[in-house]
Amino acid sequence: MARTDVGKLSFILLFAPFALWIALLIILPQLGIGYISLREKVGPGEYTFGFSNYVAFLSEPIYWNTLLRTAWMSILVTAMALAVGFPVAYYIAKIAQRRSRAALFLMCLIPLWVSDLVRAFGWIVILRETGLVSSLLQKIGLVSGPVELLYNDATVVMGLVYTVVLFMIVPLVSTLDGMDNSLIEAGYNLGGSRLTVFRRIVVPYAMPGIVAGCIIVFMLTAGSYLTPILLGGKNSMWFTEQIYEQFVTRYNWESGATFGVLLLVFTSFVVWLGLRLTGQSLASTVAKD
Amino acid sequence: MHDLQCESLVKRFGAYTAVNSVSFNVPRGSFFSILGPSGCGKTTLMRMIAGFEAPSSGDIRIKGKSVLSTPPNKRPVKMVFQHLALFPMMNVGENIAYGLRCRGENKADIGGKVARVLDRVGLPGTEHKQVSQLSGGQKQRIAIARCMVLEPDVLLLDEPLGALDLKLRERMKIELKQLQHQFETTFLYITHDQSEALLMSDNVAVMNAGQFEQIGSPQELYNNPKTGFVAGFVGDSNRWSGRVVSLSEGKVRVAIDGGGEVTALAGDNRIAAGGSVEVFVRPEAISIGGGRDEVLGGTVESLLFNGASSRILVRMDNGHLVEVGQAVMDGSVTVSPGEKVQICWSQLHGRAFTTAR
Amino acid sequence: MKSKFALAATTALALFVANTDANAETLRLLTWGGYAPDNVIKLFEEANPDITVEVTLSNNEEMIAKLRATGGAGYDLAQPSHDRIFAAQKEYNIYKPLDLSKVGAASLDANLLEGVKANATIDGELYAVPHQWGTSGIVADISKAPNVKGWGDLCNPEYKGRTSMRLRRTILLGTAFGLGKDPFALYADKAAYQKMLDEVTDTLIACKDNVKTYWNGGDDLSTLLLSGEVVVSEAWDSTAFKLYGQNKNLVYVPPETGALAWIDTFVLPRKSEADEAAYKWINFVMKPEIVKLMSDSTGAIAAVKNGIDLLPDDKKAAVKAAFDDKDLANLKFFANIPAGLEDMEGKALERIKAATSN
Repeated sequence: MARTDVGKLSFILLFAPFALWIALLIILPQLGIGYISLREKVGPGEYTFGFSNYVAFLSEPIYWNTLLRTAWMSILVTAMALAVGFPVAYYIAKIAQRRSRAALFLMCLIPLWVSDLVRAFGWIVILRETGLVSSLLQKIGLVSGPVELLYNDATVVMGLVYTVVLFMIVPLVSTLDGMDNSLIEAGYNLGGSRLTVFRRIVVPYAMPGIVAGCIIVFMLTAGSYLTPILLGGKNSMWFTEQIYEQFVTRYNWESGATFGVLLLVFTSFVVWLGLRLTGQSLASTVAKD
Repeated sequence: MHDLQCESLVKRFGAYTAVNSVSFNVPRGSFFSILGPSGCGKTTLMRMIAGFEAPSSGDIRIKGKSVLSTPPNKRPVKMVFQHLALFPMMNVGENIAYGLRCRGENKADIGGKVARVLDRVGLPGTEHKQVSQLSGGQKQRIAIARCMVLEPDVLLLDEPLGALDLKLRERMKIELKQLQHQFETTFLYITHDQSEALLMSDNVAVMNAGQFEQIGSPQELYNNPKTGFVAGFVGDSNRWSGRVVSLSEGKVRVAIDGGGEVTALAGDNRIAAGGSVEVFVRPEAISIGGGRDEVLGGTVESLLFNGASSRILVRMDNGHLVEVGQAVMDGSVTVSPGEKVQICWSQLHGRAFTTAR
Repeated sequence: MKSKFALAATTALALFVANTDANAETLRLLTWGGYAPDNVIKLFEEANPDITVEVTLSNNEEMIAKLRATGGAGYDLAQPSHDRIFAAQKEYNIYKPLDLSKVGAASLDANLLEGVKANATIDGELYAVPHQWGTSGIVADISKAPNVKGWGDLCNPEYKGRTSMRLRRTILLGTAFGLGKDPFALYADKAAYQKMLDEVTDTLIACKDNVKTYWNGGDDLSTLLLSGEVVVSEAWDSTAFKLYGQNKNLVYVPPETGALAWIDTFVLPRKSEADEAAYKWINFVMKPEIVKLMSDSTGAIAAVKNGIDLLPDDKKAAVKAAFDDKDLANLKFFANIPAGLEDMEGKALERIKAATSN
């Protein structure tokens, strides 16, 4: 009897912080945002409720274009992060010596030690017209005049990939690390080419890590703020920027909250779609084709 | 005709020589084992044959053709891994079909071949089972089926029974031998367990420190070991170190450290008077009582009953502990701990080898 | 062992310090970068040993957003611009009236005080006093762009890819003036204001090709100009004056239509907890010797009598080089934004930002 009470107590004690965290820091603010998004302003301090904020979003192409653009570029960033991160993770988990692994991992972490802002400024210093790359290119004679490498989508994508790639590498390393080397050797031994082994053994094995990494990276990218704005310059259009503008510059909490809800719903939808799609491709890898 | 020939194979990792000039031939259709303690280089040797390591020098020939320049995925050698390495994301059928698909065989053939090989390993109709649903022994058979469906010239097995429990291991030994017989394929089996090697193999190579000590049939190894290492490693043995007193006609008189003298067959030709040697006598060659060439006195210390392999431990007067295995526990001899006894064996069953440095 | 002792001692010390802190008053300032320089805080805390100053750096929009989120709590003194008080107070009720008699009103510049009074009096109560003022206009590298005169030069194809601006309401107003309009006069007429905004928006969208990038703060503006990547830009005069100190070619040009003038004020958040300390701070920073330090840090001119004369010498030179009396007479002070206009302006800015260019 006393034993089960103690068990219950320790369960409650362990569960409470988790429940509080979920309730206070995740559910409650979301409910608040949802509530504000349904509020319509009719005059100073006067409100009614309805969906007009959502209608306003749909009727303004600038807004949903920005959302679509953000989603599309986030997907691109995710794909590139996967393309860059997978070989790195594979090297760390499977090829590097045990001893150097920790050091390599730490090196991947270094970008996280400085803030987003500093990292973005780092890129600005390197890529600006009077920056390092431009003057280097001029010195070796590849270009005749200064070149501006900032303020375009390619730079934004590259900056974002750089920022988020670690979040791709970490889950990939941990799944690949758990993979027995003899699976790969068996793959070769039974006649598989490099491509076959990669496609039919390594990738399916790493799928949980790939999916986890992609979800984290996609969400982080879609929700990032500083990098796209600082590197994107005059043409940067990022949905979080719209949200910030609504909340802060235009004092329009209602539409800011609406945008927030829409971003959450939309990115969740993209993730769901991605899961469905990879689920299918996973199934087709397993099934005989 | 030999399915597999290795000639002066050497593998060095930096200054360390893992495999040192190993040569052997495996006849077609035979079961060949490489037996050695862990770290003796047997796994490296197998990985070279499979193509995962390139030899530093020497040659590997399969069906008479050198495969050194053939990448691992093209060699007619398949391998059963220590932990089997069945692909967890594929079901049984897909695991077996993997190699066939890599070869580009057409779908209809693949289905038939998979079904047939499953039939042969005694697991018909299990194509759609997940690997995790199988028992240890079943996994073993699937791992073999996955290789055999490709009809390799040589099947390599890297201690595949190591992960199984004792009972299953005993059964799988017999099953493996039967499978080998059934497929008529050359098996190259790596193990550190001498009972596995002796039980299943047509020929066994005993490997130590990167070199082969002796190649022979299990009976040869057991009864005529060529080195002290083989005598000590293959089967159980009592082992005493001592000094050569005299040597004549292939027989050595040895003064055992601690007291007593015995005569044994000279195991190698480096034995000389005054040299230090080790004398090996198998427990089953020793019996309680007198009446044979070699007799020593001692005190019974304990009785270890284990059916056919029961033992009496006798503390000899010179301080050594001896396992006595012949004709005990069948009721013909009754002894009890503390009793003074004599033990004896025939000179032909004692063997002396120069002590390895 | 030694380090353990040191740790314990430090902890004890920290506790002790924290304790004395709890007894003292804390003045929580919500202000602009440079408006609470360390040396001024140090002098203030020496003069008022029982007050500790905590500074949060912000800008107009964020100040209002922060105070709105807490209903005016969390800070004891804020510094929005004079045109950002009336509507915010009406809408969100985040400030409280202040007592002019507690401020050394006599030392304040009368014109500026009147200007603030006109903008920040609600129901007969005064909500703000002026602190620093400055203007927004153009900065130009006269070695490369000697003929810059007004807002229109930002879109002059002669400087294609070499201009910059801050995509905020200032550039909308400036461009409107540059087009010969008077946006402040249209504040009352929403339809007319929208029409003007549309025209401004089209101009700025067409201009986007000409612009290298939009700047966000003084730091990136400075880098753009000092590196020579940009030769003409919208700028705060304070930033321009600092740049003049580093490169005499970078000169602030008050647009011929008049520089847009802003006054940063002191206001009391509605739920402030240290009013006395706040008044002490206000009066402290109006002392002539502190004004010098403050202006050196802000680069702006203090809203006290002879504010320009109290500038540090190099800044004074820069101001004299930029402004003549005619320019000073032609300043266009921001007028209170009526409710709803900000939304219209926000939409206009969004359209400009979303427009594609190369």
